[in-house]
Amino acid sequence: MKQSMTTLLFGATLVGFTTLAVADQGTTEQTDDPAARGLSIMQERKARDTGWQSSEASLEMLLTNAQGQTSSRQLRMKNLEVAGDGDKSLSIFDTPLDVKGTAFLSFSHVNTADDQWLYLPALKRVKRISSRNKSGPFMGSEFAYEDLSSFEVPKYQYRYLGEEEIAGQATWKIENIPNDEYSGYSKLVSWIDQQEYRVLKTQYYDRKSALLKTLQFSDYQAHPVDTPNGERKSFWRANQLSIENHQTGKATQLIFKEYRFNTGLSEADFNKSKLKRAR
Amino acid sequence: MQNFNSAAPSRWQYWVVERPIISLLITMLIVFSFGFGTSKLFFDGDYRVFFGDDNPQLLAFEQMQNVYSKSDSVSFIIAPKSGKVFTRETLNQVHEMTEAAWQTPYSTRVDSITNYQHTQAEADDLLVEDLLLEPETLDPAKIEQIRQIALTEPNLVNKLIGSAGDVTIINVTVQLPEIDPLTEGPAVAHFAKELQAQFHQRYPDTEIRLSGLVMLNDAFATYAQNDSSTLVPAMFLLILIMLAILLRSVLGTLASLAVIITTIAATLGVSGWLGIALTTPTVNVPTIVMTLAVADCVHIISSLLLAMRNGQTKQQAIYTSLAQNVKPVFITSATTAIGFLSLNFSDSPPLRDLGNLVAVGMLFAFLFSVTLLPALLSLMPIKVAAKTKPSNAMTRFANWVIAKQKPVLVCGLLIVAGLASQVPNNQVNDDSLKYFSTDTTFRQDSDYMAQHISGMTSLEFSLESGQSNGINHPEFLADLAAFTTWLRQQPETDHVSSLSDTVARLNKNMHGDDPAQYRLPTQQELAAQYLLMYEMSLPYGLDLNNQINIDKSATRVVATFKNLGSNEILALEQRANDWFATQAPHIKVSISSTSSMFAHVGERNMSSMLMGTAFALVLISALLGFALRSWRLGFISLLPNILPGLAGFGLWSLVSGEINLALSIVSSLTLGIVVDDTVHFLSKYQHARKQGQSSEQAVIYAFNNVGRALLITTLVICVGFAVLTQSNFALNADMGLLTAIVVFIALVIDLLILPAFLLVFDRTPATAKPSTEPSTQLNINAATQA
Repeated sequence: MKQSMTTLLFGATLVGFTTLAVADQGTTEQTDDPAARGLSIMQERKARDTGWQSSEASLEMLLTNAQGQTSSRQLRMKNLEVAGDGDKSLSIFDTPLDVKGTAFLSFSHVNTADDQWLYLPALKRVKRISSRNKSGPFMGSEFAYEDLSSFEVPKYQYRYLGEEEIAGQATWKIENIPNDEYSGYSKLVSWIDQQEYRVLKTQYYDRKSALLKTLQFSDYQAHPVDTPNGERKSFWRANQLSIENHQTGKATQLIFKEYRFNTGLSEADFNKSKLKRAR
Repeated sequence: MQNFNSAAPSRWQYWVVERPIISLLITMLIVFSFGFGTSKLFFDGDYRVFFGDDNPQLLAFEQMQNVYSKSDSVSFIIAPKSGKVFTRETLNQVHEMTEAAWQTPYSTRVDSITNYQHTQAEADDLLVEDLLLEPETLDPAKIEQIRQIALTEPNLVNKLIGSAGDVTIINVTVQLPEIDPLTEGPAVAHFAKELQAQFHQRYPDTEIRLSGLVMLNDAFATYAQNDSSTLVPAMFLLILIMLAILLRSVLGTLASLAVIITTIAATLGVSGWLGIALTTPTVNVPTIVMTLAVADCVHIISSLLLAMRNGQTKQQAIYTSLAQNVKPVFITSATTAIGFLSLNFSDSPPLRDLGNLVAVGMLFAFLFSVTLLPALLSLMPIKVAAKTKPSNAMTRFANWVIAKQKPVLVCGLLIVAGLASQVPNNQVNDDSLKYFSTDTTFRQDSDYMAQHISGMTSLEFSLESGQSNGINHPEFLADLAAFTTWLRQQPETDHVSSLSDTVARLNKNMHGDDPAQYRLPTQQELAAQYLLMYEMSLPYGLDLNNQINIDKSATRVVATFKNLGSNEILALEQRANDWFATQAPHIKVSISSTSSMFAHVGERNMSSMLMGTAFALVLISALLGFALRSWRLGFISLLPNILPGLAGFGLWSLVSGEINLALSIVSSLTLGIVVDDTVHFLSKYQHARKQGQSSEQAVIYAFNNVGRALLITTLVICVGFAVLTQSNFALNADMGLLTAIVVFIALVIDLLILPAFLLVFDRTPATAKPSTEPSTQLNINAATQA
């Protein structure tokens, strides 16, 4: 007990010093410590993206290898917002033709591994997919599952790194350290625009702390939605996500088309026993 | 060469000798301005230095690496002393090391038996999981299960686990950014060695060895630096000793040393200024240049000493020596340079660099021996003891050759012909592994790996179906499986990694692990969806991109073989191409790998170096004809110039019989050196004949005048190249040995067959009037005797 008191005191002193140091530098008017500041920005980001209920979109996935060859896949994605946990998503593959009708259902979770199922039309069966692959690639792309799963505040520890301008927009630069030991990353750095709290860019650092990938969001579009509490709110979605792997020279682009919100999807549409009829 | 001997010193020579201090300063200025370039020198250990940027195999290989993923790797070979990998302790070690290996700089993937993605059916689901996920759960039953799976899995046996279960490998794939090639590879190698040391300490009961391309590059760089720090000083020492014995003059030795050092500094400086990296072949430029520069100094100093013994003052003796030697030294330097310049015909850039740098070195050696050397000599208080008694051993030897001219010629030619007939027994064979001597750790580790798991020779086959997602087509998969089976049946094959195994295994898993279902699906959709499912189950770094291109139109089969030489590799490639031509003509196959690159460059280099040798021969013979002012003698000189190479390569077939990249250049580089002996002998012979002497008298004259000098310079050159045989690179050692052999044979031919040939065939009566004063000429020419 005595020891923990000392630790507490020591910790408090340390925080005091850090605060002092920040104040001395006089770089910002904020006196919060970087962790709290980062957290509050990300909480606001999540708050602004809450209430959209469900969405649907079709998208093209364009893969490029180091040789410059490209390959395209078409799919449709349905998302359901889940309060208090990760969202549910259903992806239906349209091309390549030999995987047409394959449907991928994912329940992402904040603290535990995601649940994932794949429906294989040629086999007419639903198969559960092992859950330790969250750092693995999605459909052979440069996106890992964890890059595409829904953003939840408790997934990371944050640290505010400063302000930067990206393409003329003022942003906050924030470091995100994954809480999940199975994450493929040692850290992420995101640039959040100060106006709308949208992510403009994210850099991923691998487990040996080397820069692995850069993801850029562009062509943001606002989608007005009537939220459950009766207010009309705009939700921002980037129509283009470009991710580049700096280590392998490969890249993937996601191009979204026909974003639709509140399309009447419900829990029942995200049921593994209904995957066969997904279309 | 009497044409040159009679020349008076030129004005510049007087100037150099009369103003030694200024000459020295100017020389120093030149040396420093060139020599400053040495600060820009760097070692490049990357194996790719052996290939030009436009090398077709390199381009094909890089393209394949871009389409799939890079195969640069470092392998940890783990050998428990118990001979059993499947124990709790070793599996724990492999698991821990696998985790730790992810920290390797630039690593993109780590493969081991513990993180192998084992697939199995579990109820109605597909379970894809590390073969050993949680080491805490290891019990005898689990260990036995892992052993069963690992030793029956075609993806693992002879790839990551020895078939006897005694040795296992952790393979780390790295993707070097190639922004700063001089630090990236070494950083990986350094990390690997640290990890090796760290785990060796923690698990003293296992041996850990290193292999892989990264270590190959590291070995190139490390051993090249070792060579330059051991062989070059050894060479200096040997040369000092030889000079001291030959010249019997401390100051003369020091002056020669000054020439050698300035020559090397300036030559390496040029290399630095031009941005030519030090590579395995060029690291020996100093040794070679030193060897050849010594000859120039020996000629000039020994002439000087002889003149002084004959009563000239030092200053007079310097002029005499310069007058006698400037042009012969220039001619021999020029022919040697031409021999080395013909290396430009080589297909391998570092061999071209070697040729050019030695040629530049010859130029500097000539320049400094006629400027710096006389300037130094004029400053030094050189004294000469009383005239020594000339040996008459050469006269006796000459008389013996004259007495036995026909047997000598016949026997000599028969022996040479016998040796030359062995030349076709040599085989062009480039095995990059054999570039390293068996004394090196790298070679030992690689040999160990070859013995226990698989060789380092590998070939990568890209099979193009010609359409998007074509790899899922049942016919394509059937052809792929047939090729995989065929490749496994080849006697050289250690391991084949093929997508057809994965698909068959997935088919089994999807049918409740029924062994009867280990076969390829008959519908494209099934294959596509199995693979999609598998692909979506893989963890970080372990995707299918290393086997399938993004369009899923092509797949890569990677095979490793017992360590093969280039001709075996080329034959294997040919067989594979033939298989596709007859069995699966609609599949477009391309083959590439580092092994293949070395095989092709070795093959092509051989033919281009034959061109180079021919070119050097024509140019050098023309130069000789011009220098001797006799096309007839120029033509006769072809005999002693060509025979040593033929006999040397014939002898080589009995020593080793394998011609690698470095040996293919020996024929042209020795040409430039052996020609020197011929020049000296023929010019003296010709001089005596023009004085009206008979061929017998002319032969005696030539022996007396240059016999000893030829012996000495040949000795120096043989010793110099023999030093190279101590190199860590079998590549350089073999080149040194063969060059020494050829140069030695050349001496024997020049002292036996050439005089016998002249005695038998040059019977035309003397044209000029008998000389009234042969003795004065003799004195001057005897100066070349050391």
